[in-house]
Amino acid sequence: MPSLEGYLVVSVLLFGLGAFGFMARRNAILMLISIELMLNSVNLSLVAFNAYRPAPQNAGAIFALMVMAVAAAEATVGLALVIAIIRSRQTAEVDDYSDLKE
Amino acid sequence: MVTLRNVIHSAIAMMICFGSLAGMYALLGAPIVAAAQVLIYLGAISVLILFAIMLTQAGDANLPAPFHPQVWFAAVTAIAVVGVVGWAVFQTDWRAGAVVVGVGVQAIAKALFTDYALPFEVIALLLLAAIIGAIYLARRPEDDERAA
Repeated sequence: MPSLEGYLVVSVLLFGLGAFGFMARRNAILMLISIELMLNSVNLSLVAFNAYRPAPQNAGAIFALMVMAVAAAEATVGLALVIAIIRSRQTAEVDDYSDLKE
Repeated sequence: MVTLRNVIHSAIAMMICFGSLAGMYALLGAPIVAAAQVLIYLGAISVLILFAIMLTQAGDANLPAPFHPQVWFAAVTAIAVVGVVGWAVFQTDWRAGAVVVGVGVQAIAKALFTDYALPFEVIALLLLAAIIGAIYLARRPEDDERAA
């Protein structure tokens, strides 16, 4: 049976991958995917903590469900924003969104 | 998956990752979270992202370089975060139970509608606001002119 640390290591690696993707990629949709990855890693750690708890509780699973609902709302609004921006700029590359800089 | 050049390939890798996470939730004795993961992430968010990609990508010809110029800085930062948090994971005495204690679906449902009723309602309101906002944002601009 895998231990709590095993799940936490997977969660940390997933979070690092998401953070790297968010900082390094130039495509707006890929950045949203990376955010989803980070939210999922936090979910995994919450459920893992809940599963290996000493006393019976279920707050971790409920928090995970709440995070999922918020992630769904975030993905909806984020993708709508990205589609609106891409429609007006004709590009998904975030480096080209520099109107406010000029 | 964050290094693939084609965005569609990244999205499919993301779906595989979400499916594996659903399996992990089932292993952790939380079948309701696994089911929600499959429904929300594999079912809804993946399809949403695939639709967004298909609406916005012109084709896979002459794809631009996938990475930002600051990719090395990003890699160093991500590895530093993983290192620090991973170190904390192994340094901490979690006092964890030896075996996985499952979460019953009935217990979750009871808690969700009694102890966590207020957050539940707030989440419902947030989702409604997100739906309205998304419809408003993603509307085609010419619809405005037609209505005006």
